[in-house]
Amino acid sequence: MKELMLGNKAVARGLYEAGCSFISSYPGTPSTEITEEAAKYDEIYCEWAPNEKVALEAAHGATLGGVRASCAMKHVGLNVAADPLFTISYQGLNAGLVICVADDPGMHSSQNEQDSRHYAFAAKVPMLEPSDSEEALLYTKRAYEISEQFNTPVFIKLCTRVSHSQSVVSKGERTVPAQVPYKKDPTKVMMTLNSRNAHVRVEQRTRDLIEFAETDPINRVIRGSKTAEGIESDIFYLQNKKIGVITSSTSYQYAKEVWGENVDILKLGMVYPLPEKLILDFAASVDHVIVLEELDPIIENHCKALGIKVTGKELFPICGEFSSNTIRECVKATVPEFTVLDDDIPGRPPVMCAGCPHRGIFYVLKKLKCMVYGDIGCYTLGAVAPLNAMDLNVCMGASCSGLHGFNKAMGEVGEKNSVGVIGDSTFVHSGITGITDISYNMSNSTVIILDNSITGMTGHQQNPTTGKNLRGEPAGKVDLEALCRALGYNRVTVIDPYDMAETERVIKEELQAEEPSIIISRRPCVMIKGTVHKPPIKPDKDKCVGCKMCMQIGCPAISVRDGKVEIDTTLCIGCNVCTQMCKFGALCGEES
Amino acid sequence: METKNIMIVGVGGQGTLLASKLLGYVLLKQGYDVKVSEVHGMSQRGGSVVTYVRYGDKVYSPVIDRGEADMILAFEQLEAARWLPYLKKGGRIIVNTQRMEPMPVITEAAVYPEDLVGKMRAAGAEVDAGDFLEIATKAGSAKAVNIALMGRLSVYFPDIPGEVWQEAIEANVPPKFLDLNRIAFENGSKMS
Repeated sequence: MKELMLGNKAVARGLYEAGCSFISSYPGTPSTEITEEAAKYDEIYCEWAPNEKVALEAAHGATLGGVRASCAMKHVGLNVAADPLFTISYQGLNAGLVICVADDPGMHSSQNEQDSRHYAFAAKVPMLEPSDSEEALLYTKRAYEISEQFNTPVFIKLCTRVSHSQSVVSKGERTVPAQVPYKKDPTKVMMTLNSRNAHVRVEQRTRDLIEFAETDPINRVIRGSKTAEGIESDIFYLQNKKIGVITSSTSYQYAKEVWGENVDILKLGMVYPLPEKLILDFAASVDHVIVLEELDPIIENHCKALGIKVTGKELFPICGEFSSNTIRECVKATVPEFTVLDDDIPGRPPVMCAGCPHRGIFYVLKKLKCMVYGDIGCYTLGAVAPLNAMDLNVCMGASCSGLHGFNKAMGEVGEKNSVGVIGDSTFVHSGITGITDISYNMSNSTVIILDNSITGMTGHQQNPTTGKNLRGEPAGKVDLEALCRALGYNRVTVIDPYDMAETERVIKEELQAEEPSIIISRRPCVMIKGTVHKPPIKPDKDKCVGCKMCMQIGCPAISVRDGKVEIDTTLCIGCNVCTQMCKFGALCGEES
Repeated sequence: METKNIMIVGVGGQGTLLASKLLGYVLLKQGYDVKVSEVHGMSQRGGSVVTYVRYGDKVYSPVIDRGEADMILAFEQLEAARWLPYLKKGGRIIVNTQRMEPMPVITEAAVYPEDLVGKMRAAGAEVDAGDFLEIATKAGSAKAVNIALMGRLSVYFPDIPGEVWQEAIEANVPPKFLDLNRIAFENGSKMS
């Protein structure tokens, strides 16, 4: 039966149908739903790992145990998993391994716009790139066949528009290959001679895969007619040349949208390794070649290395996501007319939710004029007006190690005026080694763990600090206080971020301390099911003087109309942070 | 059939994703090729959100560009104005007149423009505006605003039988909220 399916769900369906039995992942937009959807199949063991490196190692371990396995991550997660990736590529497998990686061109929900295809080239791991949900399902199944045929992990490379678009798929049945028995093999130890031999094997494997890419229907030529009506009068058409477009992923969809039947297309389903003869033959069959690919000129450079003259990044942008109009504008084709109002339309940036436990902390940090080294999660929104309470962020865990380096350089001036802030999930992901650097190498740094008992931004996944596993069942639980003490911290303080005075007192005290400190700010995310909310604040308009102090915390439930405070009772959960901002007692909760 | 484009725009948390799920379901039942594109993650935290729904004999791109939308379903006035450039010349925009002030307006760094509905009409758009929040609230829950708007949208699909919409609601709404959502859909469609 045909069904409308999210790209990520289609990958999960592909994993299911391919008989995948083990998935270990770390959540990250736009990849998260792959693992969440796969977990709905009882037949697949699914888990959230502490980070992507662990996830890939666990998935590889499962293949050594003889079952088909997978892991899913976002593009920056692959940086974390890069270490095992390169050597797993050498070592090989005992059963199929598929690594799903989702890029985010346009950075809808990411800190950079890196192109994951580089990893396929660097680690010599084949990469398939579906252009819609149907292909996402089929390519995932195909990836296991390639993985086992060539004894290599295989990438399924996605992007936001494939991962988060629904399109029509046809479902198949699940087939599980027999578990492959484990056999000790001395060549699996990756050192000296074994590694040298493995590298030679990998190079031969790549040559074999190029042969495969030349003829396998995953790469296909779609001939146009160039007789269709309503032809776009773009620069190439005006030259009256027969145009060939080499493309993959969503760029293929945009090419069809813009040029329709007017061009020939070589659609590459496998972007590493790239075929040579197929591309040369295609180029010879047309007058001019356009390479259409988002982000970096990877296919383009391959064509150029083959001596083919192509139009690529000198015309189409490297930065940002493509759209049909981007391409039309680049080739000077007609772009549809549209209407714009004269008014300035105010932006609507994302904000911390009403009642978010991070709000009070950031207000206090702003008040104390702290240098705040941020990290990756909902709390990155502490950087947004009116809080503006974050100096910078880099990647998962940098708030701890980056702060340490900053303080070593700045000395006491840094140590007494700076903090790192990191969420519970991010802390377990990459913060533990950073705070160990602080305690071991002795900078008097202060790290605040924002423990909201969930992985928030990616849509509320469990993590090792929550005591529940991916399916919400009871699981092991990391004791953050005990962990920090074990890592060499004498000063570990737990605070309730809804208590602003105590929060301020503790932060001041720990900044002054002559040794490293950890502050654990503990309050569950208000969006977690089952979090108890108090009744909304009832503003006393007689007491309100319109000073707008309550507006300083940037709560979406608070506004001031005609000089008096108003509370949106559909948003307010009675956290009482605003109550503590008001000196006039105009914002009282139920208890007061 | 040439590909048709519908955009669903609003504020994160208003239920735009469910609306697109329903619409996708209905269009697929009509035998069309359908693509629905959403954005998850960061922008869902109270930010401006957009979903693209495209249908026809064969749909390629999952997204809709400026000047391409046949219809926009806007859950909030400011969002209607923000995404207006995506509407085709002479296209139709259904607007929930609810006003939700974004943070720059709350902090008085920006001003919420007045009479956006009037200005959109003056700019040549076919505007169908109404208070769908009120319809939803009267039906029993402010959260049903998405279904009330779907009701209105259904008016512009005269060829699609009412049962198909009902079936879509049943397939996507928890049973205990079915009745109030049916009322919201019905009253949304009747609104004039």
